[in-house]
Amino acid sequence: MKVTVERAALLRSLGHVHRVVERRNTIPILSNVLLRGEDDGLRLKATDLDVEVTETIAADTLQTGATTVPAHVIYDIVRKLPEGAQVSLETTGDTGQMQLRSGRSRFMLQTLPESDFPDLAAGELPVRFTLPPAELKRLIDKTQFAISTEETRYYLNGIYFHTIAAQGATMLRAVATDGHRLARIEIPAPEGADGMPGVIVPRKAVAEIQKLLEGADQDVLIELSPAKIRLTVAGVVLTSKLIDGTFPDYQRVIPTANDKHLIIDRDDFARAVDRVSTISSERGRAVKLSLSDGKLTLTVTNPDSGSATEELEVDYDATPLDIGFNARYLLDIAAQLDGDTALFKLADPGSPTLIQDRDGSAALYVLMPMRV
Amino acid sequence: MLASVCRDCLLDSRQDAGGRCPRCGSPRLLSHPERDTLAIAHVDCDAFFAAIEKRDDPALRDKPVIVGGGKRGVVATACYLARTTGVRSAMPMFKALKLCPDAVVIKPDIEKYRRAARDVRRLMLGMTPLVEPISIDEAFLDLSGTERLHHASPAVTLVRFARRVEDEIGISVSIGLSHNKFLAKLASDLDKPRGFSIIGREETLERLAALPVSVVPGIGAAAQARLAAHGIRRLSDVRTMPLTELMRVLGREAGDLQRLSRGEDSRPVRPHRPPKSVSAETTFEHDRSSFEELQPILWRLCETVSWRLKRAELAGRTVTLKLKDAAFRIRTRTTTIPPTQLATRLFEAAQRLLKAECDGTAFRLIGIGSGDLCGAAEADRGDLADPDVERLVRREAAVDRLREKFGRDVVQRGLALRPQR
Repeated sequence: MKVTVERAALLRSLGHVHRVVERRNTIPILSNVLLRGEDDGLRLKATDLDVEVTETIAADTLQTGATTVPAHVIYDIVRKLPEGAQVSLETTGDTGQMQLRSGRSRFMLQTLPESDFPDLAAGELPVRFTLPPAELKRLIDKTQFAISTEETRYYLNGIYFHTIAAQGATMLRAVATDGHRLARIEIPAPEGADGMPGVIVPRKAVAEIQKLLEGADQDVLIELSPAKIRLTVAGVVLTSKLIDGTFPDYQRVIPTANDKHLIIDRDDFARAVDRVSTISSERGRAVKLSLSDGKLTLTVTNPDSGSATEELEVDYDATPLDIGFNARYLLDIAAQLDGDTALFKLADPGSPTLIQDRDGSAALYVLMPMRV
Repeated sequence: MLASVCRDCLLDSRQDAGGRCPRCGSPRLLSHPERDTLAIAHVDCDAFFAAIEKRDDPALRDKPVIVGGGKRGVVATACYLARTTGVRSAMPMFKALKLCPDAVVIKPDIEKYRRAARDVRRLMLGMTPLVEPISIDEAFLDLSGTERLHHASPAVTLVRFARRVEDEIGISVSIGLSHNKFLAKLASDLDKPRGFSIIGREETLERLAALPVSVVPGIGAAAQARLAAHGIRRLSDVRTMPLTELMRVLGREAGDLQRLSRGEDSRPVRPHRPPKSVSAETTFEHDRSSFEELQPILWRLCETVSWRLKRAELAGRTVTLKLKDAAFRIRTRTTTIPPTQLATRLFEAAQRLLKAECDGTAFRLIGIGSGDLCGAAEADRGDLADPDVERLVRREAAVDRLREKFGRDVVQRGLALRPQR
């Protein structure tokens, strides 16, 4: 293989692919990125056996061929090369090394044979649809924070995407929960998504997709089967395994009859929660919300360091209620609300609370109270 | 002349009668320069289960007695006569019988032992409210500040207590007295049965120096081997070693070990020590290896653990599976789950652990434990990813009520009835 590429294009592409490569690997080939010089450009590919990213960039191919080199090493080299540089990559016949040259710099990189590089065979992906990048980004941004890291319930370690018929239209929904909080957002299902299987996209793939969507302006092509998903974002193709499990029947935990309504300025609320929670300990981050006519009192008590209270004027006229929540979770949700005013629908200190934008939004959040 | 108290007639005197009690002539005198300044005690009942059996059946008095279960079971307690042949607690029964073929083997009657233990505890509480039971037959006591109440130093109060246990309950105890828990426990082991040992502040370092590191609780075979590889065998070796180096060998435990090696132990005697875990285990008559055979047994154990958790109003965040194979190797596997006290939830987690271990190995024992305990109020309450939990809580509560009324077998899961080989 012998190709010449622009440093900027190579760096951007390595930036996309090297991130899926785990820093510590027991299987050496998984530390490497696959480079394949073809007539139409240079193809790069990296994988951790669950997620695979490939991208083709413009290159001057003098001789076709392929090899693999340590992903993080080549990324760091290219990053440190001067802007506007040309980079030439050339495999040397018998030593099993690849030479990288740019200006007066020269590197010899140890390679592993291309034939060892695993292929995440995607198989048939019968469902195909496209989404504007902003829409997909929104689905992810609004739910990602609620993804669980608990290993036992592995089926919670991702975002659950599925379609649902609601009021005569088909909606595409994204849901994530860790048991303490739940985030749900829906958009009108794009053409072709109707009848798609419900899929759980693992956390790592979600994070990679989110990165790829930064600055993307073309529609994203999504293809999937019950076992795999593939997204094509501006020439970058990401393929991921899906979590093989059943997402819980979340619909049953979304309260529908909570009749105590609290309407509150989102920013005032978030700042007050942030202030009082300063006093809370690492382990118990409970903040108590005491609601009475037109008034909300936030209280945090930490036997080790003291206590804090703050009062807010709010729109609340139901019977008084004391309820506790994890301060971190309240802040996470407040950060996701789009409007200036939040609506809390509460029932009692032991039951889930619904939180949304007062003016209605495609997103809703459910939060389990804590004992206070 | 040191004050000495006679452990038989209880006379406390300063008279010298050639190492014998000036009143009754008994050689069992307790004296020590720091006798009346120490207040932390460890009390251990001598061969507890066996002693109770001997008390209740005088015909057993001069026979070796082993209390333990079945042919496949282990020795729970061996009397001192049986111990002379090498029989030890936790030894498999067949091995014990090989060592001591004349032993009278008695199936344990835990209820009876509990009653006796309650009697002993009652006497302990007569001395001080600070009684920390460690197991059915041993406890730590803190007698600080009881001198005026009993008109005697802790040492003398304890001597009277040991005598009362013999007179009123009919078993004997061994007592260790020192200035902290670690040393008190160490002392009670020095002179058994019917012993009373004192480790004073002055002599602490000297008494500890030659002891092997294995006397420290938590330093098991693995830690001993690691320490031995660095030339550390005795507590004196630990004492002089720089802490950073000890950390390298032992990790987080290093600080504790070093403090204990200097006889420093600041743990207070806590009357209500909350349990750290709740568990149940069983040894089989025949080895079992298949998941299908083990599953119903596991379910029943989960029910037992769940029942204990519910009774104590506790819940656990970890589930630990314990297996012992035919060669007595123990495997434990732990997983973390949302806090629960439900048998169903324990079983789901335990089952997953068990499935991974069923590789054809023949097992002789299976156990299940719930750890990282918290209050029941934090458990099994609506989890957004677990919408069934409320129904499950109600279902298990209903089953528990039925069982309370009509006995455990009145309601069973089909799984528990799977025919056993």
